[in-house]
Amino acid sequence: METFLGLDYNVWWFLVFGGVISGYAILDGFDLGAGALHLLLKKEQSRRIAMNAIGPVWDGNEVWLVIGGGALFAGFPVAYAAIFSAFYVPFMIFMVGLIFRAVAIEFRSKEPMLWWRKTWDVVYNIACIVIALSLGLMLGNVAYGLPLNEQKEFAGNWMSFFHPFPIMVSITTLALFLMHGAIYLTMKTENRLYTKMHLLANNFTVFFVLSFVITTLYTLLYVPHLCDQFRQSPGLFLLPVLMILAIANIPRQIKKGMYRYAFISSAVTIALLLIMVAVEIFPYLLYASNNINNSITIHNAAASAKTMKILLIIALIGTPLVAMYTAFVFWTFKGKVKLDEMSY
Amino acid sequence: MDVEVLSRIQFAFTVAFHYIYPPLSIGLGLLLVIMEGMYLKTGRKIYEDATRFWIKIFALIFGIGVATGIIMEFEFGTNWATYSKYVGDIFGSALAAEGIFAFALESGFLGILIFGWNRVSSRVHFFSTIMVFLGSLFSAIWIVVANSWQQTPAGYHIVGEGMNARAEITDFWAMVFNPSSVDRLTHVWIGAFLSGAFLVLSVNAYYILRKRHLEIARPSFKLALIVATACSLLQLVAGHHSADGVAKNQPAKLAAIEGHYDTLAMADMFLLGYVNNKTQEVSGLKIPGGLSFLIHGNFNDPVKGLKAFPEDERPKQINAIFQFYHIMVACGMAMIALTVFAVWQWRRNRLFETKWLLWLFVFAVLLPQVANQAGWFAAEMGRQPWVVYGLLKTSDALSKTVTANQVLFSLIMFTIVYLLLLVLFLYLLNRKIKHGPVSDHAKEELEEGSKRNNPIMQQ
Ligand code: HDD
Ligand code: HEM
Ligand code: HEM
Repeated sequence: METFLGLDYNVWWFLVFGGVISGYAILDGFDLGAGALHLLLKKEQSRRIAMNAIGPVWDGNEVWLVIGGGALFAGFPVAYAAIFSAFYVPFMIFMVGLIFRAVAIEFRSKEPMLWWRKTWDVVYNIACIVIALSLGLMLGNVAYGLPLNEQKEFAGNWMSFFHPFPIMVSITTLALFLMHGAIYLTMKTENRLYTKMHLLANNFTVFFVLSFVITTLYTLLYVPHLCDQFRQSPGLFLLPVLMILAIANIPRQIKKGMYRYAFISSAVTIALLLIMVAVEIFPYLLYASNNINNSITIHNAAASAKTMKILLIIALIGTPLVAMYTAFVFWTFKGKVKLDEMSY
Repeated sequence: MDVEVLSRIQFAFTVAFHYIYPPLSIGLGLLLVIMEGMYLKTGRKIYEDATRFWIKIFALIFGIGVATGIIMEFEFGTNWATYSKYVGDIFGSALAAEGIFAFALESGFLGILIFGWNRVSSRVHFFSTIMVFLGSLFSAIWIVVANSWQQTPAGYHIVGEGMNARAEITDFWAMVFNPSSVDRLTHVWIGAFLSGAFLVLSVNAYYILRKRHLEIARPSFKLALIVATACSLLQLVAGHHSADGVAKNQPAKLAAIEGHYDTLAMADMFLLGYVNNKTQEVSGLKIPGGLSFLIHGNFNDPVKGLKAFPEDERPKQINAIFQFYHIMVACGMAMIALTVFAVWQWRRNRLFETKWLLWLFVFAVLLPQVANQAGWFAAEMGRQPWVVYGLLKTSDALSKTVTANQVLFSLIMFTIVYLLLLVLFLYLLNRKIKHGPVSDHAKEELEEGSKRNNPIMQQ
């Protein structure tokens, strides 16, 4: 096993993959959250502002999903093959959600008729909710485990997806994105709309905390294999503690009017959540709920050492570049949304 | 129908639909760089208006390209799980590189391209335009490399056996520069430039015929005509190189392209024809010995025919492959004829007087689209029954856990969704074109609008 700075390549790639997925959840999370609360905004002008708040960035944010897909395919092809063929139907629904979100944003502003815009608003809102729910459902199932046969292929049926745990994760994901999106919009809006977002941000934070606590309690009681790591190394309890601090910081910053800090806190919350999931499942990528020996791990699913090395080089060159122009784009569009003739 | 047939139909359908848009974005990207460059150089307002107009169209095309592309990225895993395991080591790195180097660049700067006019200086904006264009060029690189590796594998070895066999990288650069990737990449790029150029030609020809926006339409038409002419001619060269490569690396595909069964017979080249799959004969208009000449530079040397390959190692739908290939070439020739004639008219100062020529240009936007699609169908069907040429059969590449009903469900879903998208796309494109490259006095309109208590005034 070749290593780099004391960790073997597979672990490195697991970290890179986790980083990309967290990046996706943080970045597209606020787009999806903003979309999932879209219909709560009543006025045409508010809806336009909300859409233009994500207008210049949502596409770049979505690319993190594409990179994540590539990263999984490249580093852990066996996992890529097993996971996506297992989740065939939920994944296709997720994809259709992504299609409709993209075109709803694009098409909505192209016609002035009210019925046209209202239709796309509904499509957009539903698409974002469907994306968040299906994403959460798949994440929950990956963490919970699925029945796998000896060839490491899915051996269940669609009923296998609907355990209480994945469903809770699914709802928690939606709540998380709603909170994150509302906070993002407080940074981007002014006046009446801003007051509304402020209120929504607080409410969604409560919603998220509730669903998170319920899910956690359920995990502790009924999903023992997800708690093993924590039981073995109690030091890891630092993670949930940090997370509680981050969450508690959100309403505090909102109250002070420091939305940027509130936003950073909710981004940190998302990252910590995913780190906790990663710690819980490591070294499994897909846990076989019927027979632990059939599980897919970062070792038996990995590409060759040579590919891993190439991938790490690609990541080392690519990541700073991506970070640079992402920062540049966000910086260009910083501040409150101003509509102009090129806006949606 | 079984899972294999359904999955093949679904893959072909979704990727063919995706491939309507990327060539347009790549090609329009090039023209945007040229137009905006002209604007920066000359400072003339017409170029600014033209650039802004095409950016809006670009955004529409790009949006659908992205929406349909994401499906492709994951379809390997959903429908072709065995294939994904088999090629993951190689293919995955190309896809990962594509995401990180190409899509991130493209989508990042796209925001500035579309929404940045009033936020960044014109130089930074121009820089963003160039970056978006470069990003789209890069994305073609990686995906075509991955596909070319499937056509002509190189730089790998096989480990494991039977169900667990898979290809592993031995030499990254040999994998990237496999025998067909450079030829095919140039061919694909030029095909994309043609798509963009012909779209600009079509729209401006329409304006000129309708006597609208003439001060913008005429120079834009000329710019696009230069690009289109150069690319049409270059495409002939690139296509010829590809054909040469196919003859060397995928002889069964070459034989299928020309419907050539008998190794011993003189190898003809057909301009048009029909392959009878049963009698294994081709009837049509031909250059006797043309194929021999193309490959050996000599009209009499034999070319390996389909019969030289075992039944189960050669493509089945010979007539379809033959037709797709010949449609592509015919479109290419038509574009050469059209553009060269237009340049000649231009030199005689008759370009904008020849009505029928302009009308031809209005509809010629379909030529590169048809050629691109036909080219891919010929290349991909000609690769059958292999999914990785000579290594892995398509029938072995499937996801074993996915059932026919699931694929049928997704196929029906995609058909409905994509048809809807296509209709909406064409409708909106048409609206944009009708509206034309006039500078929206959107601000005034907005104010006017608020008086009428209608905030939705934006085009
Ligand atoms: C990197 C890989 C890759 C790339 C860039 C493309 N394809 Fe492909 N294509 C495949 C990888 C592939 C595949 C996964 O290997 C398929 C699925 C089944 C098969 O035999 O090959 C395939 C099949 C396939 C088929 C069905 C052939 C048959 O079943 O007889 C068609 C018509 C196309 N593709 C068309 C296209 C088009 C229009 C593309 C342009 C964007 C394209 N392909 C790019
Ligand atoms: C099976 C093959 C393909 C896959 C898996 C694929 C994947 C993707 C994905 C995931 C996206 C969206 C990226 C984003 O979110 O910005 C995309 C868009 C794009 N793809 Fe594809 N693609 C394929 C074929 C091709 C080919 C053959 C080309 C070019 C020759 C191409 C060029 C592009 C371009 C330029 C875009 C940007 C959007 C646009 O311009 O429409 N793709 N593709
Ligand atoms: C003018 C004469 C042309 C010739 C001789 C030619 C030749 C070829 C050949 C031999 C292939 C198969 C390559 C392979 O399978 O590896 C091919 C594929 C293709 N052609 Fe053409 N072509 C011509 C014109 C065009 C034009 C005008 C376009 C588009 C505007 C086009 C677009 C494509 C595309 C998209 C493919 C599939 C990608 C690839 O395999 O490279 N071709 N062409």
